[in-house]
Amino acid sequence: MTNKKPLDDAAVLGFEDQLKAQANQLKDLVDSGDVSGALAIISELNETRDKTLYQEVGRLTRTLHESIRNFHIDTANSATNEEASKIEDASDRLAYVVDMTNKAANKTLDLVEETMPYASGISTEAKQLKEDWSRLQRKEMKPDEFRQLTSKMGTFLSKLCNDSDKVYSNLSDILLAQDFQDLTGQVINRVTTLVKDVEENLVKLVTMAGKVDQMTGNVQQEVKQQETNMKGEGPQIHAEARDDVVSGQDDVDDLLSSLGF
Amino acid sequence: MKILVVDDFSTMRRIIKNLLRDLGFANTDEADDGNTALPMLQTGKYDFLVTDWNMPGMTGIDLLRNVRADESLKTLPVLMVTAEAKRDQIVAAAQAGVNGYVVKPFTAAVLKEKIDKIFERIDS
Repeated sequence: MTNKKPLDDAAVLGFEDQLKAQANQLKDLVDSGDVSGALAIISELNETRDKTLYQEVGRLTRTLHESIRNFHIDTANSATNEEASKIEDASDRLAYVVDMTNKAANKTLDLVEETMPYASGISTEAKQLKEDWSRLQRKEMKPDEFRQLTSKMGTFLSKLCNDSDKVYSNLSDILLAQDFQDLTGQVINRVTTLVKDVEENLVKLVTMAGKVDQMTGNVQQEVKQQETNMKGEGPQIHAEARDDVVSGQDDVDDLLSSLGF
Repeated sequence: MKILVVDDFSTMRRIIKNLLRDLGFANTDEADDGNTALPMLQTGKYDFLVTDWNMPGMTGIDLLRNVRADESLKTLPVLMVTAEAKRDQIVAAAQAGVNGYVVKPFTAAVLKEKIDKIFERIDS
């Protein structure tokens, strides 16, 4: 945050004008050798600064207070605990999203794991029958083998009926398990709105705090963001917009091969 | 061939285990971060490590570094399967001695390709 921002606030503008006027006055008095007059101006200057400072601190406190109230964050002296804070509510909502997605993923995986053996079973038996069938077509089959084939075919067909029904029903369960997207989507949208609100209010607070800093002559030390590269930051949301991020497996492969992989 | 799959999300471990089984690797174990994985690896039972990067406790990159620093494990093939996609990170993983790097979301074909490549290189 920089405190060299142009000031749009009337109080601070007033303060600057006053400062200029008083500084000129001070210069004139010092030039004319009026020491006691100059000292009086200096104490007036101090007073003006203090008064404006107190005003700004007051406004900052009020805004902070309002922001806290807006998000229903429980303060020590809040009378009603009926409504949980919005932030707490948002965390609960996000926990619900994690829970829902976890359940849906596990349900889908269960069904897939259950269905795969049916598919591979059908495939194995069908391949064998196909072989027998070709032998029959090539008229290489003995009457005895043919009887075996017809009975095998009968068993396979009734198994196929059952198994394909099972596969179909598992697939439609998998379909239904995707309903979490709708529910979690709604929840996430609500949390996103809250985060935007919080951000707006925080920006306001920062602007106000900046004015107080200007009054007191505080210089905010820019806290350098520590490189947290090696800690991991999860999926990249805007991979295309960033130069330091790969946009897919092909990029990874190119990068690794450029390193001699 | 025994494989250890390390990821903090159980669903991702299940997905990877299923894909590995389809590729013919049915003998797999799971761990949820580097701290649980390292002692398992040190038993010497595993021939291949598949790990995520971002995990609570010990991260995948630290696990990789620990594996490479361990005399008995330093030649263990390691495949990283992770959402971490910064160039610096991929370079760091390469420098730490990773054998393959797959970014999530990935496909079964990509996983197969990388695993095949790792074993090709080891066999040759």
